[in-house]
Amino acid sequence: MLLPSTKPSDGTNSDAPGRVRELGPALEVRGLCRRYGRSWALAQVDLRLERGEVLLLAGSNGSGKSTMLRVLSGALRPDAGTIKVEGFEGRDEQRLRTALVGHYFNTYEALSALQNVQIFSRLLGRPSDRAALMPLLETVGLAHRADDAVHTFSAGMHKRLALSRLLLQQPAVALLDEPYGQLDPEGFALLDSLIDQMRQRGTAVIVASHLLEHGAALCDRALLLSKGRVQWTGPAAELPAVSKAASASRLAAARGT
Amino acid sequence: MQLFAALHKDLLLSWRTRAQASAVFAFGAAALLLLSFAAGPDAEALRHNAGGFLWVALLFASVLSLSASFQVEYEQRAMEGLLLLPASPRALYYGKAIANWLQLTVLGAMLVPVMVVLFDAGTWRVFPLLGVIALGAAGISAPGTLYAAMAAQLRAQQVLLPLLLLPLLVPVLLACVKATSLLVMGDPMNQLGSWMLLLVAFNAIFWPLGGLLFGVVAEE
Repeated sequence: MLLPSTKPSDGTNSDAPGRVRELGPALEVRGLCRRYGRSWALAQVDLRLERGEVLLLAGSNGSGKSTMLRVLSGALRPDAGTIKVEGFEGRDEQRLRTALVGHYFNTYEALSALQNVQIFSRLLGRPSDRAALMPLLETVGLAHRADDAVHTFSAGMHKRLALSRLLLQQPAVALLDEPYGQLDPEGFALLDSLIDQMRQRGTAVIVASHLLEHGAALCDRALLLSKGRVQWTGPAAELPAVSKAASASRLAAARGT
Repeated sequence: MQLFAALHKDLLLSWRTRAQASAVFAFGAAALLLLSFAAGPDAEALRHNAGGFLWVALLFASVLSLSASFQVEYEQRAMEGLLLLPASPRALYYGKAIANWLQLTVLGAMLVPVMVVLFDAGTWRVFPLLGVIALGAAGISAPGTLYAAMAAQLRAQQVLLPLLLLPLLVPVLLACVKATSLLVMGDPMNQLGSWMLLLVAFNAIFWPLGGLLFGVVAEE
């Protein structure tokens, strides 16, 4: 299965993603902090991600995974720290070069799947006719429901539609927050294949997931967050054991043993 | 280009949720009917106040319409998805504001026959009346779109939107009521132009301001 190519139809934003600082990493984060009220959701997070690298972002509920992805995408402002995507800094650059599939599907429920994709395609200045976008919907397995209103879709189909938007954006850094949630086994395989294709194209991918064994097999590197801080980072294959040990020590501390 | 894409999106959404627009029209017509009952049977008083009744009904109906226009944006956080694109927030604002303006203009034009029937407030000056409705709808739409975007992210949006918006729209209401009354009752002193000028001035301030502030209001 190949990712469809959707090249810009006019000048809008077409040159900007092509600007790449050759030697820089895909993503470089230094001292990233974000707080909600008095509590720090992210505290002094550093991260460097090379092109084509797939990172597994792990951590318990409330550890800061979703906040981190939302800050990296430009949806939230950081309170401190710098984010460079392909060497470029600034919120506009983040929006240009990253794409997020988060907990919300960002879809228009009253419109069809094709119309949803067309809206995003038009705003990106890409071809938005049916012929240009059907291969994209085919890639995510929604071609047969292209003309159906999205409110009739299951959660898994919503997720597939959100993935099609990410593919349309062709980002330098793809941010996937719990991407396997709501997907059926076929959807799991599809997503694995898409991540693999993105890796081959040089797209850096961050996958926030609780499926550690699965993620360990898929990803190159892992980062474990705890209370907004980087607790551990290393090869993804080692994460399940590290996480198990961390959970055991947390339980022991909670029991006072 | 992005403005046309945004406008196309909003017009498409309006068309797909047109049942809601019918309900808003029914609300406006019901409000006019209730106002006619409240004002009593004096035909001259009804005719004299017809402009005021029309604009109060349109103002209340527009609050519902503006609120609904952002409900679709936030049910699955579609607007957030758009704001995360390298798309201009201004284009998104103007697309939405122009779509709202068109909807409110059509709504106002549809309420005019109801006003004529209920209050015997007919006029042959149809095009100037449509001009007043178009300018008044624009005056409601520009700040209304901005405030609706702000209120849609809050829990008490149904209360907050009219609370924030209606006081701001007093100059629009005043100018529209006066202009409509002059068209219905006659304009011996040629005052229509000055009220139209007030509407133009209000629009000249709030349309650019809305575009400037929308990015700040819509994010986070």
